[in-house]
Amino acid sequence: MTNRYNWRTLLLELIAILAMLLFMVPFYFLGSNSLKTFGEILLDAATLPKSLNFSNYERAWDIMKFPQAFWNSLLITVTSVAGLVVISAMAAYKMVRRPNKLNNTLFLMFVAAMVIPFQSIMIPLMKVAGWFGLTNSMWGLWLCYMGFGSSLTIFLFHGFVKSIPVEIEESAVVDGCSPYGVFWRIVFPLLKPMTATVLLLNSLWIWNDFLLPNLIIGGERTLRTIPLSTYSFFGQYTKQWDLALAALVMGIIPIIIFFLSLQKYIIEGITAGSVKG
Amino acid sequence: MNKNFLSREWVQQIVFTGPAVLAFALIVALPFFMGMYYSFTNWNGVSDTASFVGFDNFVTVWQDQGFRDSFAFTVRFTVVAVVLTNLVGFVLALLLSAPLKSRNVLRTLFFMPNVIGGLLLGFIWQFIFVRGFASIGKATGLSFFQLPWLGDEPTAFWAVVIVSVWHGAGYLMVIYIASLINVPKDLNEAAAIDGATAWQRLRHITVPLIMPAVTISLFLALSWSFKTFDVILSLTKGGPYNSTQSVALNIYLEAFQNNRYGLGTAKAFIFFIVVALISTLQVWLTKRREVQA
Repeated sequence: MTNRYNWRTLLLELIAILAMLLFMVPFYFLGSNSLKTFGEILLDAATLPKSLNFSNYERAWDIMKFPQAFWNSLLITVTSVAGLVVISAMAAYKMVRRPNKLNNTLFLMFVAAMVIPFQSIMIPLMKVAGWFGLTNSMWGLWLCYMGFGSSLTIFLFHGFVKSIPVEIEESAVVDGCSPYGVFWRIVFPLLKPMTATVLLLNSLWIWNDFLLPNLIIGGERTLRTIPLSTYSFFGQYTKQWDLALAALVMGIIPIIIFFLSLQKYIIEGITAGSVKG
Repeated sequence: MNKNFLSREWVQQIVFTGPAVLAFALIVALPFFMGMYYSFTNWNGVSDTASFVGFDNFVTVWQDQGFRDSFAFTVRFTVVAVVLTNLVGFVLALLLSAPLKSRNVLRTLFFMPNVIGGLLLGFIWQFIFVRGFASIGKATGLSFFQLPWLGDEPTAFWAVVIVSVWHGAGYLMVIYIASLINVPKDLNEAAAIDGATAWQRLRHITVPLIMPAVTISLFLALSWSFKTFDVILSLTKGGPYNSTQSVALNIYLEAFQNNRYGLGTAKAFIFFIVVALISTLQVWLTKRREVQA
């Protein structure tokens, strides 16, 4: 019951570190084997590589068309999270400030839709995507993310807008500010903590998403994101572990760097996002 | 004049809520209702005509052994994965809420698997189960590592469980830590003075006070597990002998491999009902057990 660092705490620390090492074993296997030749991997996957051999990376980089896949992932993630923040913050703001029958029904609809699993509507979605020419286009995929992401994003913003006192807005209106000016100049900056949460949660989701992009843009090679190009890579090079592991390392490095550089905010955002969700 | 027009209430309503409502209506609501309709037809996805077949699809789904097996697998997997992910997440949270010197680093590392997408995770673990475990087995002689992990039905089940727990535990740990920090220290201290053991304090003080976090974590793990798709696709492809085929994967294959869209939408509709029901029920049940400090 004391906060002093005693032998019991030391023991706990050792247990925690051991558990962490166990948790990190997959990364060891991934990293060390990605530098081995195919023969070395088959011989023994548990040892460290004898020499650092980066040729796997060079070949996987070309086969995966890594720069293009990276750019596609970045493009769709950035434009989608930006779009989601704008449309959801605006909608949530109106729903909180004008709680009439229409807006309450709309809000209820967005919240209720959070329980719909993607797989339960993907089949008719493909038909809709065909009608409106959304397939094999980045803009089509972007629109899909607007639809699927708006539920949770509006829900999160809705809870936050409620906590902003309406008096600030009233005084701005008296000073002659338009309704749009009130939102963009006064309310939106105040939403910043929730905007950060929403940006991070949606970025992780969209960057890693596989099934939706596979259905919408899977047919178009040049649009492939990192998960899609990894998947097709595995289709062609089954059991070519030397190349596959290098491809996987390249696939996870961007998101790991993103996480490590923003980990404080991501972990806070998850706490904030899930306590409400 | 123009400014006046833009300030009208209905124009504002359209500008503020219009884009989100439109995207939602087109991408979520429309397919949702179309799916309900198609589940009563024999639509094959290609032709524009789909004739009404009543409850035929639901009868077929009910008799479809593959779907029943995938449902049984999903339920078994969900129960095991929800319990284990929460248990591991909670134990890690307990460990890391002790005043450890390395706790910030550890917290980051335990969370790290969660930021990697399910598809890539499945491929990484496929290598570990196939080659990594075999090498450890050869070096140590332990039979645990020499099992044909992905080639045998019981071990393939546990392989999927292991990967899911590894993926999700760090996330739940973060939620549990946030909640454990708020448990008042004096309550635990008073109970310790009264002679309560560590286990009794955990059971009767800590756990009741963090019930909101338990609700959230159970709910999250439940919805992750029940909808598992990516990890299974890349780890086992539903094999061996379809023994690890989740409902989500079964729906996907029915529609996009067998091209039986009507049947697929019927399965999808059942899937939706089950997910919606358990989510609602679970939140309702645990909300009742929450305690105020």
